[in-house]
Amino acid sequence: MKTRRDFIKISAAGTGGLALGLSSVKLAQASQFSDLLKRKEKKSEVQERFPTYCEVCFWKCAGWTYKDGEGKIVKIIGNDEDPHCNGRFCPRGTGGVGMYNDEDRLKTPLMRKEVNGKQVFEEVSWDDALDYISEKMQGIAKEHGPECVALFSHGAGGKYFSHLLKAFGSGNIAAPSYAQCRGPREVGFIATFGAAIGSPEPTDIRDTRCLVLIGSHIGENMHNGQVQEMSDAIDKRATIITVDPRYSTAASKSKYWLPIKPATDLALLMAWIHVIIEDELYNKEYIEKNTFGFQQLKQHVRQMTPEWAYGITTIEPDVIRRTAKEMADASPAVIVHPGRHVTWYGDDTQRTRAIAILNALLGSWGSRGGFFLPESIHLPKYPSPEYPKPKRSWRDAFPGQFKLAELALASGICDATVPTTERDCSFKAWLVYGTNLIETLPNQKQTYTAIQNLDILVAIDTMPMEITGYADVILPECTYLERYDDIRTSGTRTPTIALRMPAAEPKYDSKPAWWMAKELGKRLGLGAYFDYEDYTEVLDWQLKQVGSSLEEMKKIGVKKFKREYGDLYYNEGEKIEFNTNTGKIELFSTAMQDEGYDPLPSYTPHPEPPTGYYRLIYGRAPMHSFSRTTNNPLLFDLMEENNIWVNPKVANEWDLKNGQEIWLKNQDGIVSNFPSKVRVTERIRWDSIYVVHGFGHSNKNLKRSYGRGLSDQKLITNVMVDPIMGGTGMRGNFVTFLTEEPTELEKAKGNPYLNEKESSMIVGKEVES
Amino acid sequence: MRYAMAIDTKKCIGCSDCVVACQTENNVPIGYCRDWVVESVAGTYPQVDLEIRSERCNHCDNAPCVRCCPTGASHIVEGGVVLVEPYKCIGCGACIESCPYDARYSHPEGYVDKCTFCLHRVEKGQDPACVSVCPTKCMYFGDLDNTNSIVSKMLATRKYKTLAPEAGTKPQIFYLI
Repeated sequence: MKTRRDFIKISAAGTGGLALGLSSVKLAQASQFSDLLKRKEKKSEVQERFPTYCEVCFWKCAGWTYKDGEGKIVKIIGNDEDPHCNGRFCPRGTGGVGMYNDEDRLKTPLMRKEVNGKQVFEEVSWDDALDYISEKMQGIAKEHGPECVALFSHGAGGKYFSHLLKAFGSGNIAAPSYAQCRGPREVGFIATFGAAIGSPEPTDIRDTRCLVLIGSHIGENMHNGQVQEMSDAIDKRATIITVDPRYSTAASKSKYWLPIKPATDLALLMAWIHVIIEDELYNKEYIEKNTFGFQQLKQHVRQMTPEWAYGITTIEPDVIRRTAKEMADASPAVIVHPGRHVTWYGDDTQRTRAIAILNALLGSWGSRGGFFLPESIHLPKYPSPEYPKPKRSWRDAFPGQFKLAELALASGICDATVPTTERDCSFKAWLVYGTNLIETLPNQKQTYTAIQNLDILVAIDTMPMEITGYADVILPECTYLERYDDIRTSGTRTPTIALRMPAAEPKYDSKPAWWMAKELGKRLGLGAYFDYEDYTEVLDWQLKQVGSSLEEMKKIGVKKFKREYGDLYYNEGEKIEFNTNTGKIELFSTAMQDEGYDPLPSYTPHPEPPTGYYRLIYGRAPMHSFSRTTNNPLLFDLMEENNIWVNPKVANEWDLKNGQEIWLKNQDGIVSNFPSKVRVTERIRWDSIYVVHGFGHSNKNLKRSYGRGLSDQKLITNVMVDPIMGGTGMRGNFVTFLTEEPTELEKAKGNPYLNEKESSMIVGKEVES
Repeated sequence: MRYAMAIDTKKCIGCSDCVVACQTENNVPIGYCRDWVVESVAGTYPQVDLEIRSERCNHCDNAPCVRCCPTGASHIVEGGVVLVEPYKCIGCGACIESCPYDARYSHPEGYVDKCTFCLHRVEKGQDPACVSVCPTKCMYFGDLDNTNSIVSKMLATRKYKTLAPEAGTKPQIFYLI
């Protein structure tokens, strides 16, 4: 965070004295004064504004991009009418200007070429790049089938490539936001309520009386609407209960902080369920009318007492009982938050099932102060031919596994790219849109191996990233401030639509993704799927179907509609039909039983760190969105690198000092490429360390963020896969401290499969552009 | 009229949106800031306490920076807002040294710069950029002389503190605790 006083930034306790820094003074010169005068005048000139919705994270807040009299983009301000942000952008959204101004942006199409035995990126024309990609794709389709082309996607522009791929004949389209993030909770809630959580989460935090956060660090995860509502809930004196081995920002706002032993959350959840059932803290009529399997659940949790959980979680039985009572007292205006990044220990679907069950017992689903029923506007699809039916899918690579996954697994497609003798075809081409797979997927060894087996890797991004260093073709996308994109239609309390339009022409030779997909479509003989010259035709047509127009949206940015499909909450006594096998809330899941999974969740112990090792816990900082923003000049200015949070007891044992640079080594002998500074703090348990994810870039083209801080992703080599839906549990990795810099060889060690070239890529010497 | 700010430490999450909003609103060069965030941790795990504060110029009633300015560039305008007139500033840095809050910095263009309470916005009836952007709405701005202003109301109903009261500067940023 931006602090005037560095010593506080890294100090553990107290406020210390006041620093008298910044004593260097530059004397002004006369000529500068006249510049100043000019600058002041410009500032007062009338500014133009253009509607947009933010692309710095997935919350997609709608706002206005402002330009000054010179036509320069100066600031972005939230749209007052937008329920995602209520006129208030978060630091990343406010700093979105930095994404546009970043001089390290990808500027022209690039292609990997070999020159004198050395691989380099060569600047090429759009025609050359797109011709090459379409030739490769056609070749693969002919030889192996179009299904062997996969898309990894994160962000608005991914939709055009998704459309292209479906038209091409492949349905293998994955987003790491599923199997590496929120997938388990969607499956857990579908199994229970017959409905996924979705995004933004329909948590009615603003009206809740009790908010329970299990490892979810709202405030550090800057999910704007939720952060705003948590603040409203604090104003209204709602009880906040935070379960976290770290004293998170949310923990500091809580009435109860439960400093749980990591990896034992499921035991706590089961004990809460036990207390609520045994102490009859639930609404009997509601349970009888709306749920299925209560007796089985009651029987199942009989032995799961707070005393039993105390031995596992280190949370005292009395605290477990008191917090359960707090939830019941607030019921149904209570939220046991489903979390967002929930791929922790491989039993994550079961843990989120327990969260869903707890919510069911408390009657919070569809209740004021619990979970509201979101509604969105359905925009008709722009006319286009039917997609061909793909003959194969990624699922064929995993017979009998991950049966409840409702979306494609990014990790699954990665695994199915490495050829095996059993499989008739592996993936041959990856299109990677806006997701830095190297820093997104766990077990980098597997990602590298998969990449080596590809015929072509195309990366579409605004910035050079680790993944672009491995691409054969890089397509530079213009930023969201320079392009139109699809209308935002996400579900909220009030159905809304939001427009993104360019505030400026694309810088350099960058292009919008819709144009790239359309141009590729033309070359692949799929022109009929892209029957428009400019994307504004699509937007205007779609908007007119719902009684608006592009012209209107350019003026207002956000349009609200009336709800059409019922109220925000269920009405009292309403007969509710849930989309499950039994039509009721399934405390006992018949769908899971049918597929051979445990119909009721149970706690199972997970490995603990060996002596001298600490559990690697990672999370978010409010001013960054993963590795995507660390080079943004404005956001870099707020937080330049991550720190390694170490408990003072541990620091003492290792003689680690605040600010000391150290490297980390994990249980498999993998060491971090770069060091990070120690932050000695009482905010972390002694059996864990904590780092913010997204730092430690190894691509030198990121001039600010290269080598700043360390990447936790390289250290995540033990992956605990969820058998139910294929989520990759990433919290089972243990690290120890290295106070001396490891050699280049050691940095590549632990990756014995790599040849010299690949090893050098790992240590940040990837081909230079 | 007496402009002041109240900042609720019970709601602030330290996201630093106030910092970046100030930078883009006021064209503060990269690497510099007019406001910043401080985090204080006390106690021993698991009895820990955390206070997060968004800090800036305190627009003091008894402002040492104004008293020590040799050219009169640092001055107080209506509403008690402490400003620097860049044309008069010779960049001597006396004010920077005199400020107990470390609230001023030397602008690369050769003058001393600091928080203005966004007077150019306030004149139009808007809140300062930091206040208007804050996702937690933990900052309140207004006129202390008006008992109906949001700041007056917050100070009337909540416990609060100021920073470095011992310096005798009579700061006008109040932290709700």
